[in-house]
Amino acid sequence: MGVYRRRRIVNGMVMGLAVAATAFGLLWLVLVLWTLLENGIAAITPALFSQMTPPPGSAGGLLNAIFGSVLMTLIATLIGTPTGILAGTFLAEYSRGSRFGEVVRFINDILLSAPSIIVGLFVYEIMVVKMGHFSAWAGAAALVIIVIPVVVRTTEDMLNLVPNALREAASALGSPKWKVIVMVSYRAAIQGMVTGVMLAVARIAGETAPLLFTALNNQFWSTNMNGPMANLPVVIFQFAMSPYADWQVLAWGGALLITITVLLLNIGARALASWGTFKQ
Amino acid sequence: MSPATARQVMPFSPPNALAAEGEAASRQKVLIRNVEFYYGAFKALKNVTMPLHDKRVTAFIGPSGCGKSTLLRVLNRIYELYPGQRAAGEVIIDGENILSPRVDLNLLRARIGMVFQKPTPFPMSIYDNIAYGIRLYERLPHHELDERVESALRRAALWDEVKDKLRQSGLGLSGGQQQRLCIARAVAVRPEILLLDEPASALDPLSTQRIEELIAELKADYCIAIVTHNMQQAARSSDYTAFMYLGELIEFDETERIFTRPKQKHTEDYITGRFG
Repeated sequence: MGVYRRRRIVNGMVMGLAVAATAFGLLWLVLVLWTLLENGIAAITPALFSQMTPPPGSAGGLLNAIFGSVLMTLIATLIGTPTGILAGTFLAEYSRGSRFGEVVRFINDILLSAPSIIVGLFVYEIMVVKMGHFSAWAGAAALVIIVIPVVVRTTEDMLNLVPNALREAASALGSPKWKVIVMVSYRAAIQGMVTGVMLAVARIAGETAPLLFTALNNQFWSTNMNGPMANLPVVIFQFAMSPYADWQVLAWGGALLITITVLLLNIGARALASWGTFKQ
Repeated sequence: MSPATARQVMPFSPPNALAAEGEAASRQKVLIRNVEFYYGAFKALKNVTMPLHDKRVTAFIGPSGCGKSTLLRVLNRIYELYPGQRAAGEVIIDGENILSPRVDLNLLRARIGMVFQKPTPFPMSIYDNIAYGIRLYERLPHHELDERVESALRRAALWDEVKDKLRQSGLGLSGGQQQRLCIARAVAVRPEILLLDEPASALDPLSTQRIEELIAELKADYCIAIVTHNMQQAARSSDYTAFMYLGELIEFDETERIFTRPKQKHTEDYITGRFG
Protein backbone atom coordinates (compact mmCIF):
# COMPACT_ATOMS: atom_id res chain seq x y z
CA MET A 1 0.00 0.00 0.00
CA GLY A 2 2.90 2.32 0.86
CA VAL A 3 4.45 1.83 -2.56
CA TYR A 4 1.19 2.61 -4.30
CA ARG A 5 0.60 5.76 -2.24
CA ARG A 6 4.09 7.02 -3.02
CA ARG A 7 3.58 6.36 -6.70
CA ARG A 8 0.38 8.37 -6.68
CA ILE A 9 2.08 11.28 -4.94
CA VAL A 10 5.03 11.22 -7.38
CA ASN A 11 2.59 11.02 -10.26
CA GLY A 12 0.69 14.04 -8.94
CA MET A 13 3.87 16.05 -8.50
CA VAL A 14 5.21 15.30 -11.97
CA MET A 15 1.84 16.07 -13.49
CA GLY A 16 1.75 19.37 -11.59
CA LEU A 17 5.22 20.30 -12.82
CA ALA A 18 4.29 19.48 -16.42
CA VAL A 19 1.15 21.60 -16.24
CA ALA A 20 3.08 24.47 -14.62
CA ALA A 21 5.75 24.33 -17.33
CA THR A 22 3.11 24.38 -20.05
CA ALA A 23 1.35 27.31 -18.40
CA PHE A 24 4.65 29.18 -18.07
CA GLY A 25 5.38 28.73 -21.79
CA LEU A 26 1.87 29.67 -22.88
CA LEU A 27 1.79 32.71 -20.57
CA TRP A 28 4.41 34.54 -22.63
CA LEU A 29 2.79 33.60 -25.88
CA VAL A 30 -0.55 34.95 -24.64
CA LEU A 31 1.11 38.11 -23.31
CA VAL A 32 2.83 38.75 -26.64
CA LEU A 33 -0.39 38.22 -28.58
CA TRP A 34 -2.36 40.33 -26.11
CA THR A 35 0.10 43.24 -26.25
CA LEU A 36 0.10 43.01 -30.02
CA LEU A 37 -3.69 43.10 -30.18
CA GLU A 38 -4.03 45.84 -27.60
CA ASN A 39 -1.60 48.17 -29.33
CA GLY A 40 -2.08 47.12 -32.92
CA ILE A 41 -5.84 46.92 -33.27
CA ALA A 42 -6.13 50.72 -33.29
CA ALA A 43 -3.88 50.88 -36.34
CA ILE A 44 -5.93 48.39 -38.40
CA THR A 45 -7.90 50.95 -40.40
CA PRO A 46 -8.69 51.28 -44.09
CA ALA A 47 -5.91 53.86 -44.27
CA LEU A 48 -3.38 51.18 -43.26
CA PHE A 49 -4.12 49.30 -46.49
CA SER A 50 -4.61 52.30 -48.78
CA GLN A 51 -1.99 54.91 -47.91
CA MET A 52 1.79 55.08 -48.14
CA THR A 53 4.16 55.24 -45.19
CA PRO A 54 3.94 58.84 -44.00
CA PRO A 55 6.62 61.28 -42.89
CA PRO A 56 6.55 61.85 -39.14
CA GLY A 57 3.61 63.91 -37.98
CA SER A 58 1.22 63.20 -40.84
CA ALA A 59 -1.34 60.50 -41.43
CA GLY A 60 -0.57 57.44 -43.57
CA GLY A 61 -0.63 53.68 -43.90
CA LEU A 62 1.60 50.77 -44.85
CA LEU A 63 0.43 50.03 -48.39
CA ASN A 64 3.86 50.27 -49.99
CA ALA A 65 5.41 48.13 -47.26
CA ILE A 66 2.65 45.50 -47.50
CA PHE A 67 3.07 45.37 -51.27
CA GLY A 68 6.85 45.08 -51.00
CA SER A 69 6.65 42.31 -48.42
CA VAL A 70 4.10 40.34 -50.41
CA LEU A 71 6.06 40.73 -53.65
CA MET A 72 9.43 39.72 -52.23
CA THR A 73 7.96 36.85 -50.21
CA LEU A 74 6.10 35.63 -53.28
CA ILE A 75 9.17 35.71 -55.51
CA ALA A 76 11.29 34.01 -52.84
CA THR A 77 8.65 31.30 -52.39
CA LEU A 78 8.23 30.74 -56.14
CA ILE A 79 11.98 30.24 -56.55
CA GLY A 80 12.71 28.55 -53.25
CA THR A 81 9.89 25.99 -53.18
CA PRO A 82 10.65 24.05 -56.37
CA THR A 83 14.38 24.25 -55.70
CA GLY A 84 13.95 23.02 -52.15
CA ILE A 85 11.52 20.25 -53.07
CA LEU A 86 13.77 18.97 -55.85
CA ALA A 87 16.83 19.04 -53.60
CA GLY A 88 14.92 17.32 -50.79
CA THR A 89 13.70 14.72 -53.28
CA PHE A 90 17.27 14.13 -54.40
CA LEU A 91 18.37 13.58 -50.82
CA ALA A 92 15.52 11.27 -49.88
CA GLU A 93 15.01 9.29 -53.08
CA TYR A 94 18.24 9.32 -55.05
CA SER A 95 21.23 9.82 -52.78
CA ARG A 96 20.47 7.24 -50.10
CA GLY A 97 23.66 6.12 -48.44
CA SER A 98 25.89 8.08 -50.81
CA ARG A 99 28.74 10.22 -49.56
CA PHE A 100 27.67 13.15 -51.72
CA GLY A 101 24.18 13.05 -50.24
CA GLU A 102 25.59 13.18 -46.72
CA VAL A 103 27.71 16.21 -47.57
CA VAL A 104 24.73 18.01 -49.14
CA ARG A 105 22.58 17.20 -46.11
CA PHE A 106 25.27 18.48 -43.71
CA ILE A 107 25.71 21.75 -45.61
CA ASN A 108 21.95 22.23 -45.79
CA ASP A 109 21.69 21.79 -42.03
CA ILE A 110 24.35 24.46 -41.52
CA LEU A 111 22.48 26.79 -43.86
CA LEU A 112 19.28 26.02 -41.96
CA SER A 113 20.72 27.27 -38.70
CA ALA A 114 22.77 30.14 -40.13
CA PRO A 115 21.78 33.48 -38.57
CA SER A 116 19.72 35.44 -41.06
CA ILE A 117 21.92 38.50 -40.64
CA ILE A 118 24.78 36.50 -42.18
CA VAL A 119 22.55 35.72 -45.16
CA GLY A 120 21.78 39.45 -45.43
CA LEU A 121 25.46 40.38 -45.33
CA PHE A 122 26.31 37.71 -47.90
CA VAL A 123 23.73 39.00 -50.40
CA TYR A 124 24.82 42.57 -49.61
CA GLU A 125 28.35 41.62 -50.62
CA ILE A 126 27.54 39.73 -53.80
CA MET A 127 24.57 41.76 -55.07
CA VAL A 128 24.15 45.17 -53.43
CA VAL A 129 27.85 46.09 -53.55
CA LYS A 130 28.25 44.76 -57.11
CA MET A 131 25.13 46.55 -58.34
CA GLY A 132 25.94 49.69 -56.43
CA HIS A 133 22.48 50.09 -54.88
CA PHE A 134 19.93 48.35 -52.68
CA SER A 135 17.24 46.45 -54.55
CA ALA A 136 14.16 44.29 -54.15
CA TRP A 137 15.88 41.58 -56.19
CA ALA A 138 18.60 41.39 -53.57
CA GLY A 139 15.90 41.23 -50.87
CA ALA A 140 14.15 38.36 -52.65
CA ALA A 141 17.49 36.58 -53.14
CA ALA A 142 18.24 36.78 -49.41
CA LEU A 143 14.79 35.35 -48.64
CA VAL A 144 15.32 32.52 -51.16
CA ILE A 145 18.46 31.51 -49.29
CA ILE A 146 16.41 31.29 -46.11
CA VAL A 147 13.51 29.39 -47.73
CA ILE A 148 15.52 26.68 -49.50
CA PRO A 149 17.10 24.87 -46.52
CA VAL A 150 13.77 24.80 -44.65
CA VAL A 151 11.97 23.26 -47.63
CA VAL A 152 14.84 20.84 -48.35
CA ARG A 153 14.81 19.60 -44.80
CA THR A 154 11.06 19.16 -44.43
CA THR A 155 10.74 17.57 -47.88
CA GLU A 156 13.46 15.06 -47.09
CA ASP A 157 12.07 14.28 -43.64
CA MET A 158 8.56 13.78 -44.98
CA LEU A 159 9.71 11.58 -47.88
CA ASN A 160 11.75 9.50 -45.44
CA LEU A 161 8.55 8.80 -43.54
CA VAL A 162 6.99 7.21 -46.64
CA PRO A 163 7.35 3.46 -46.10
CA ASN A 164 9.66 1.66 -48.51
CA ALA A 165 6.92 -0.93 -48.97
CA LEU A 166 4.96 1.68 -50.96
CA ARG A 167 7.93 2.35 -53.25
CA GLU A 168 8.44 -1.38 -53.71
CA ALA A 169 4.77 -1.89 -54.50
CA ALA A 170 4.80 0.85 -57.13
CA SER A 171 8.10 -0.31 -58.62
CA ALA A 172 6.81 -3.89 -58.74
CA LEU A 173 4.07 -2.73 -61.13
CA GLY A 174 6.77 -1.65 -63.55
CA SER A 175 6.60 1.99 -62.62
CA PRO A 176 9.63 4.09 -63.54
CA LYS A 177 11.31 5.75 -60.58
CA TRP A 178 10.15 9.30 -61.33
CA LYS A 179 6.57 8.10 -61.47
CA VAL A 180 6.94 6.29 -58.17
CA ILE A 181 8.15 9.56 -56.65
CA VAL A 182 5.58 11.88 -58.22
CA MET A 183 2.52 9.63 -58.03
CA VAL A 184 3.15 7.74 -54.81
CA SER A 185 5.85 9.26 -52.58
CA TYR A 186 4.72 12.88 -53.06
CA ARG A 187 1.08 11.94 -52.51
CA ALA A 188 1.92 10.14 -49.30
CA ALA A 189 4.07 13.04 -48.07
CA ILE A 190 2.12 16.01 -49.42
CA GLN A 191 0.70 17.15 -46.10
CA GLY A 192 4.11 17.49 -44.47
CA MET A 193 5.65 19.03 -47.57
CA VAL A 194 2.98 21.75 -47.79
CA THR A 195 3.39 22.42 -44.09
CA GLY A 196 7.13 22.81 -44.66
CA VAL A 197 6.61 25.37 -47.40
CA MET A 198 4.14 27.28 -45.24
CA LEU A 199 6.59 27.28 -42.34
CA ALA A 200 9.24 28.67 -44.66
CA VAL A 201 6.87 31.40 -45.88
CA ALA A 202 5.92 32.23 -42.29
CA ARG A 203 9.57 32.48 -41.40
CA ILE A 204 10.54 34.90 -44.20
CA ALA A 205 7.39 36.98 -43.72
CA GLY A 206 8.89 38.36 -40.55
CA GLU A 207 12.63 38.36 -41.38
CA THR A 208 14.18 41.79 -40.85
CA ALA A 209 17.95 41.42 -40.90
CA PRO A 210 18.34 40.07 -44.46
CA LEU A 211 16.09 42.81 -45.87
CA LEU A 212 17.84 45.57 -43.94
CA PHE A 213 20.99 44.83 -45.93
CA THR A 214 19.35 44.24 -49.29
CA ALA A 215 15.94 45.77 -50.06
CA LEU A 216 16.42 48.41 -47.38
CA ASN A 217 13.32 50.59 -47.36
CA ASN A 218 11.44 53.08 -49.47
CA GLN A 219 9.16 55.82 -48.30
CA PHE A 220 7.25 55.81 -51.57
CA TRP A 221 5.26 53.39 -53.71
CA SER A 222 7.63 51.40 -55.88
CA THR A 223 7.23 48.40 -58.13
CA ASN A 224 10.79 48.61 -59.37
CA MET A 225 12.54 45.38 -58.39
CA ASN A 226 15.84 47.05 -59.25
CA GLY A 227 15.53 49.69 -56.57
CA PRO A 228 15.04 49.75 -52.81
CA MET A 229 11.58 48.61 -51.78
CA ALA A 230 9.55 49.13 -48.63
CA ASN A 231 8.68 46.03 -46.61
CA LEU A 232 6.89 45.40 -43.34
CA PRO A 233 9.75 44.10 -41.15
CA VAL A 234 12.12 46.98 -41.91
CA VAL A 235 9.33 49.57 -41.65
CA ILE A 236 8.33 48.10 -38.29
CA PHE A 237 11.95 48.22 -37.19
CA GLN A 238 12.35 51.85 -38.27
CA PHE A 239 8.98 53.08 -37.01
CA ALA A 240 9.10 51.26 -33.67
CA MET A 241 12.54 52.72 -32.92
CA SER A 242 11.39 56.26 -33.77
CA PRO A 243 10.27 58.80 -31.17
CA TYR A 244 7.10 59.65 -33.15
CA ALA A 245 3.84 58.31 -31.68
CA ASP A 246 2.03 57.95 -35.01
CA TRP A 247 4.91 55.94 -36.47
CA GLN A 248 4.87 53.69 -33.41
CA VAL A 249 1.17 53.01 -33.87
CA LEU A 250 1.80 52.02 -37.50
CA ALA A 251 4.61 49.70 -36.34
CA TRP A 252 2.19 47.94 -33.97
CA GLY A 253 -0.31 47.64 -36.80
CA GLY A 254 2.31 46.11 -39.10
CA ALA A 255 3.39 43.63 -36.43
CA LEU A 256 -0.20 42.55 -35.86
CA LEU A 257 -0.71 42.22 -39.61
CA ILE A 258 2.30 39.88 -40.00
CA THR A 259 1.17 37.78 -37.06
CA ILE A 260 -2.34 37.39 -38.43
CA THR A 261 -0.96 36.54 -41.88
CA VAL A 262 1.28 33.82 -40.44
CA LEU A 263 -1.68 32.45 -38.48
CA LEU A 264 -3.84 32.37 -41.60
CA LEU A 265 -1.04 30.71 -43.59
CA ASN A 266 -0.82 27.95 -41.02
CA ILE A 267 -4.57 27.39 -40.95
CA GLY A 268 -4.61 27.45 -44.74
CA ALA A 269 -1.81 24.90 -44.92
CA ARG A 270 -3.68 22.51 -42.67
CA ALA A 271 -6.93 22.91 -44.56
CA LEU A 272 -5.21 22.48 -47.93
CA ALA A 273 -3.30 19.40 -46.85
CA SER A 274 -6.28 17.62 -45.36
CA TRP A 275 -8.33 18.46 -48.43
CA GLY A 276 -5.56 16.97 -50.59
CA THR A 277 -5.44 13.71 -48.67
CA PHE A 278 -9.11 12.94 -48.39
CA LYS A 279 -10.42 14.26 -51.67
CA GLN A 280 -8.26 12.04 -53.83
CA MET B 1 -0.44 -35.27 -64.08
CA SER B 2 1.01 -38.31 -62.38
CA PRO B 3 3.56 -37.95 -59.61
CA ALA B 4 6.03 -39.81 -61.77
CA THR B 5 5.96 -37.29 -64.59
CA ALA B 6 6.09 -34.47 -62.10
CA ARG B 7 9.29 -35.80 -60.64
CA GLN B 8 10.86 -36.00 -64.05
CA VAL B 9 10.44 -32.27 -64.53
CA MET B 10 12.22 -31.44 -61.31
CA PRO B 11 14.56 -29.61 -61.06
CA PHE B 12 16.96 -29.85 -63.98
CA SER B 13 14.67 -30.38 -66.94
CA PRO B 14 15.00 -27.88 -69.79
CA PRO B 15 12.26 -25.27 -70.25
CA ASN B 16 9.04 -26.39 -71.88
CA ALA B 17 9.91 -30.02 -71.36
CA LEU B 18 6.31 -30.94 -70.84
CA ALA B 19 4.64 -28.47 -73.16
CA ALA B 20 4.03 -31.16 -75.74
CA GLU B 21 2.15 -33.38 -73.33
CA GLY B 22 -1.08 -31.44 -73.71
CA GLU B 23 -3.40 -29.31 -71.66
CA ALA B 24 -3.20 -31.30 -68.46
CA ALA B 25 0.54 -30.98 -68.13
CA SER B 26 1.97 -27.87 -66.60
CA ARG B 27 4.47 -25.93 -68.57
CA GLN B 28 7.64 -24.80 -66.95
CA LYS B 29 7.42 -21.02 -66.91
CA VAL B 30 10.45 -20.09 -64.88
CA LEU B 31 13.75 -21.83 -64.31
CA ILE B 32 15.81 -20.62 -61.40
CA ARG B 33 19.34 -21.87 -62.03
CA ASN B 34 22.31 -21.68 -59.66
CA VAL B 35 21.05 -18.48 -58.11
CA GLU B 36 23.11 -16.89 -55.35
CA PHE B 37 22.20 -13.71 -53.52
CA TYR B 38 24.20 -11.25 -51.48
CA TYR B 39 23.19 -8.59 -48.98
CA GLY B 40 26.51 -6.78 -49.07
CA ALA B 41 28.99 -9.49 -48.06
CA PHE B 42 26.34 -11.80 -46.58
CA LYS B 43 25.39 -14.69 -48.81
CA ALA B 44 21.65 -15.23 -48.41
CA LEU B 45 21.04 -17.74 -51.21
CA LYS B 46 23.35 -20.60 -52.08
CA ASN B 47 23.16 -22.20 -55.48
CA VAL B 48 19.37 -22.48 -55.71
CA THR B 49 17.98 -24.34 -58.70
CA MET B 50 14.28 -25.02 -59.22
CA PRO B 51 11.46 -24.50 -61.72
CA LEU B 52 8.15 -22.66 -61.44
CA HIS B 53 5.28 -24.07 -63.44
CA ASP B 54 2.70 -22.14 -65.37
CA LYS B 55 -0.86 -22.28 -64.02
CA ARG B 56 0.44 -23.86 -60.84
CA VAL B 57 1.13 -22.56 -57.36
CA THR B 58 4.60 -23.05 -55.93
CA ALA B 59 5.05 -22.46 -52.20
CA PHE B 60 8.35 -21.46 -50.62
CA ILE B 61 8.51 -22.62 -47.02
CA GLY B 62 11.19 -22.63 -44.35
CA PRO B 63 12.09 -20.98 -41.07
CA SER B 64 12.66 -17.22 -40.81
CA GLY B 65 15.82 -16.09 -42.52
CA CYS B 66 16.03 -19.13 -44.79
CA GLY B 67 15.97 -16.96 -47.92
CA LYS B 68 12.47 -17.71 -49.22
CA SER B 69 11.44 -14.04 -49.44
CA THR B 70 14.83 -13.19 -50.88
CA LEU B 71 14.33 -15.75 -53.62
CA LEU B 72 10.93 -14.25 -54.43
CA ARG B 73 12.48 -10.79 -54.61
CA VAL B 74 15.04 -12.04 -57.12
CA LEU B 75 12.30 -13.02 -59.55
CA ASN B 76 11.27 -9.42 -60.32
CA ARG B 77 14.61 -7.93 -59.32
CA ILE B 78 12.89 -5.65 -56.82
CA TYR B 79 16.02 -5.97 -54.66
CA GLU B 80 17.73 -3.59 -57.07
CA LEU B 81 15.98 -0.69 -55.36
CA TYR B 82 18.62 -1.07 -52.67
CA PRO B 83 22.32 -0.56 -53.26
CA GLY B 84 24.49 -3.39 -52.00
CA GLN B 85 22.08 -6.18 -52.87
CA ARG B 86 22.94 -8.36 -55.85
CA ALA B 87 22.11 -11.69 -57.39
CA ALA B 88 24.19 -14.12 -59.45
CA GLY B 89 23.15 -17.10 -61.56
CA GLU B 90 20.25 -17.26 -63.97
CA VAL B 91 16.52 -16.85 -63.79
CA ILE B 92 15.09 -17.93 -67.12
CA ILE B 93 11.56 -16.85 -67.93
CA ASP B 94 10.28 -18.16 -71.26
CA GLY B 95 13.85 -18.71 -72.42
CA GLU B 96 15.18 -15.29 -71.45
CA ASN B 97 17.60 -14.79 -68.57
CA ILE B 98 16.05 -11.90 -66.66
CA LEU B 99 19.11 -11.41 -64.47
CA SER B 100 20.95 -10.12 -67.53
CA PRO B 101 21.89 -6.44 -67.22
CA ARG B 102 20.29 -5.80 -70.62
CA VAL B 103 16.80 -6.50 -69.30
CA ASP B 104 14.60 -3.40 -68.86
CA LEU B 105 13.54 -3.57 -65.22
CA ASN B 106 10.27 -1.67 -65.66
CA LEU B 107 9.12 -3.87 -68.53
CA LEU B 108 10.16 -6.97 -66.60
CA ARG B 109 8.21 -5.92 -63.51
CA ALA B 110 5.17 -5.11 -65.60
CA ARG B 111 5.09 -8.82 -66.53
CA ILE B 112 5.41 -9.96 -62.92
CA GLY B 113 2.89 -8.93 -60.28
CA MET B 114 3.87 -8.80 -56.64
CA VAL B 115 1.84 -8.67 -53.43
CA PHE B 116 3.52 -7.96 -50.12
CA GLN B 117 3.08 -9.11 -46.55
CA LYS B 118 1.53 -5.86 -45.40
CA PRO B 119 -1.13 -4.36 -47.65
CA THR B 120 0.33 -1.41 -49.56
CA PRO B 121 -2.56 0.62 -50.97
CA PHE B 122 -1.37 3.83 -52.60
CA PRO B 123 -2.61 7.10 -51.08
CA MET B 124 -5.24 7.60 -53.77
CA SER B 125 -8.76 6.46 -54.56
CA ILE B 126 -9.68 2.80 -54.91
CA TYR B 127 -10.19 3.35 -58.63
CA ASP B 128 -6.85 5.08 -59.09
CA ASN B 129 -5.08 2.36 -57.13
CA ILE B 130 -6.09 -0.12 -59.82
CA ALA B 131 -5.80 2.28 -62.75
CA TYR B 132 -2.27 3.35 -61.75
CA GLY B 133 -0.64 0.20 -63.08
CA ILE B 134 -2.81 0.02 -66.20
CA ARG B 135 -2.09 3.63 -67.12
CA LEU B 136 1.64 2.98 -66.94
CA TYR B 137 1.67 0.95 -70.12
CA GLU B 138 -1.68 1.40 -71.79
CA ARG B 139 -3.58 4.43 -72.98
CA LEU B 140 -7.21 3.38 -72.83
CA PRO B 141 -10.42 5.28 -73.47
CA HIS B 142 -12.43 5.97 -70.34
CA HIS B 143 -14.99 3.21 -70.62
CA GLU B 144 -12.34 0.58 -71.33
CA LEU B 145 -10.33 1.65 -68.32
CA ASP B 146 -13.50 1.45 -66.24
CA GLU B 147 -14.04 -2.10 -67.49
CA ARG B 148 -10.49 -3.12 -66.71
CA VAL B 149 -10.74 -1.72 -63.19
CA GLU B 150 -14.04 -3.49 -62.65
CA SER B 151 -12.81 -6.84 -63.93
CA ALA B 152 -9.66 -6.62 -61.81
CA LEU B 153 -11.74 -5.88 -58.71
CA ARG B 154 -14.08 -8.73 -59.60
CA ARG B 155 -11.16 -11.13 -59.98
CA ALA B 156 -9.96 -10.14 -56.54
CA ALA B 157 -13.49 -10.67 -55.14
CA LEU B 158 -13.63 -7.07 -54.00
CA TRP B 159 -16.02 -5.50 -56.52
CA ASP B 160 -19.24 -5.96 -54.57
CA GLU B 161 -17.73 -4.36 -51.49
CA VAL B 162 -16.29 -1.28 -53.19
CA LYS B 163 -18.38 -0.63 -56.31
CA ASP B 164 -20.21 2.27 -54.63
CA LYS B 165 -17.11 3.95 -53.27
CA LEU B 166 -14.56 3.73 -56.05
CA ARG B 167 -13.65 7.39 -55.59
CA GLN B 168 -12.90 7.01 -51.89
CA SER B 169 -9.41 6.56 -50.56
CA GLY B 170 -7.99 3.04 -50.67
CA LEU B 171 -6.61 3.68 -47.20
CA GLY B 172 -10.14 3.58 -45.78
CA LEU B 173 -10.58 -0.15 -46.46
CA SER B 174 -10.06 -2.90 -43.89
CA GLY B 175 -6.79 -4.86 -43.87
CA GLY B 176 -8.25 -7.82 -45.75
CA GLN B 177 -9.89 -5.55 -48.31
CA GLN B 178 -6.66 -3.61 -48.75
CA GLN B 179 -4.80 -6.83 -49.47
CA ARG B 180 -7.39 -7.86 -52.06
CA LEU B 181 -7.09 -4.36 -53.53
CA CYS B 182 -3.36 -4.98 -53.88
CA ILE B 183 -4.02 -8.32 -55.58
CA ALA B 184 -6.50 -6.63 -57.91
CA ARG B 185 -3.89 -3.97 -58.67
CA ALA B 186 -1.33 -6.65 -59.52
CA VAL B 187 -3.81 -8.60 -61.66
CA ALA B 188 -5.04 -5.48 -63.48
CA VAL B 189 -1.81 -5.09 -65.45
CA ARG B 190 -2.26 -8.65 -66.75
CA PRO B 191 1.04 -10.09 -65.59
CA GLU B 192 2.23 -13.59 -66.44
CA ILE B 193 3.58 -14.40 -63.00
CA LEU B 194 2.28 -13.50 -59.55
CA LEU B 195 4.63 -13.30 -56.59
CA LEU B 196 2.93 -13.39 -53.19
CA ASP B 197 5.10 -12.63 -50.19
CA GLU B 198 3.21 -13.95 -47.16
CA PRO B 199 0.04 -12.28 -48.47
CA ALA B 200 -2.17 -13.47 -45.62
CA SER B 201 0.13 -13.34 -42.62
CA ALA B 202 -1.17 -9.97 -41.44
CA LEU B 203 -4.82 -10.94 -41.88
CA ASP B 204 -7.50 -12.57 -39.76
CA PRO B 205 -8.59 -16.18 -40.52
CA LEU B 206 -11.63 -15.16 -42.59
CA SER B 207 -9.65 -12.78 -44.79
CA THR B 208 -6.96 -15.44 -45.06
CA GLN B 209 -9.52 -17.90 -46.33
CA ARG B 210 -10.72 -15.43 -48.95
CA ILE B 211 -7.16 -14.85 -50.12
CA GLU B 212 -6.58 -18.59 -50.41
CA GLU B 213 -9.77 -19.05 -52.43
CA LEU B 214 -8.57 -16.23 -54.61
CA ILE B 215 -5.23 -17.92 -55.18
CA ALA B 216 -7.00 -21.09 -56.18
CA GLU B 217 -9.00 -19.15 -58.79
CA LEU B 218 -6.08 -17.11 -60.10
CA LYS B 219 -4.06 -20.28 -60.58
CA ALA B 220 -6.01 -20.96 -63.76
CA ASP B 221 -4.29 -18.04 -65.48
CA TYR B 222 -1.00 -17.41 -63.79
CA CYS B 223 2.22 -18.91 -62.65
CA ILE B 224 2.09 -18.22 -58.91
CA ALA B 225 4.85 -18.28 -56.33
CA ILE B 226 3.90 -17.82 -52.70
CA VAL B 227 6.07 -17.41 -49.64
CA THR B 228 4.37 -18.59 -46.49
CA HIS B 229 5.11 -19.29 -42.87
CA ASN B 230 1.90 -21.21 -42.58
CA MET B 231 2.43 -24.88 -43.31
CA GLN B 232 -1.28 -25.62 -43.63
CA GLN B 233 -1.57 -22.82 -46.13
CA ALA B 234 1.24 -24.26 -48.20
CA ALA B 235 -0.33 -27.70 -48.05
CA ARG B 236 -3.79 -26.37 -48.93
CA SER B 237 -3.06 -23.97 -51.71
CA SER B 238 0.08 -25.07 -53.54
CA ASP B 239 0.90 -27.68 -56.16
CA TYR B 240 4.64 -27.63 -55.60
CA THR B 241 6.61 -26.83 -52.49
CA ALA B 242 10.19 -25.76 -52.03
CA PHE B 243 11.66 -26.19 -48.56
CA MET B 244 14.55 -23.87 -47.85
CA TYR B 245 16.94 -23.66 -44.98
CA LEU B 246 19.84 -21.27 -44.34
CA GLY B 247 19.86 -20.03 -47.93
CA GLU B 248 19.80 -23.47 -49.50
CA LEU B 249 17.04 -25.29 -51.29
CA ILE B 250 16.75 -28.50 -49.30
CA GLU B 251 13.95 -30.14 -51.22
CA PHE B 252 11.61 -29.35 -54.08
CA ASP B 253 8.75 -31.59 -55.05
CA GLU B 254 5.03 -31.84 -55.45
CA THR B 255 3.33 -30.48 -52.38
CA GLU B 256 1.63 -33.77 -51.71
CA ARG B 257 4.94 -35.63 -51.62
CA ILE B 258 6.66 -32.99 -49.50
CA PHE B 259 3.95 -33.24 -46.91
CA THR B 260 3.54 -37.01 -46.96
CA ARG B 261 6.80 -38.62 -48.01
CA PRO B 262 9.61 -36.06 -47.99
CA LYS B 263 12.95 -37.42 -49.11
CA GLN B 264 15.01 -35.32 -46.75
CA LYS B 265 15.01 -35.88 -42.99
CA HIS B 266 15.38 -32.11 -42.62
CA THR B 267 12.16 -31.43 -44.49
CA GLU B 268 10.30 -33.98 -42.47
CA ASP B 269 11.51 -32.45 -39.21
CA TYR B 270 10.35 -29.03 -40.32
CA ILE B 271 6.89 -29.94 -41.59
CA THR B 272 6.17 -32.09 -38.57
CA GLY B 273 7.15 -29.18 -36.35
CA ARG B 274 10.18 -30.73 -34.76
CA PHE B 275 12.14 -27.52 -35.37
CA GLY B 276 11.70 -24.06 -36.88
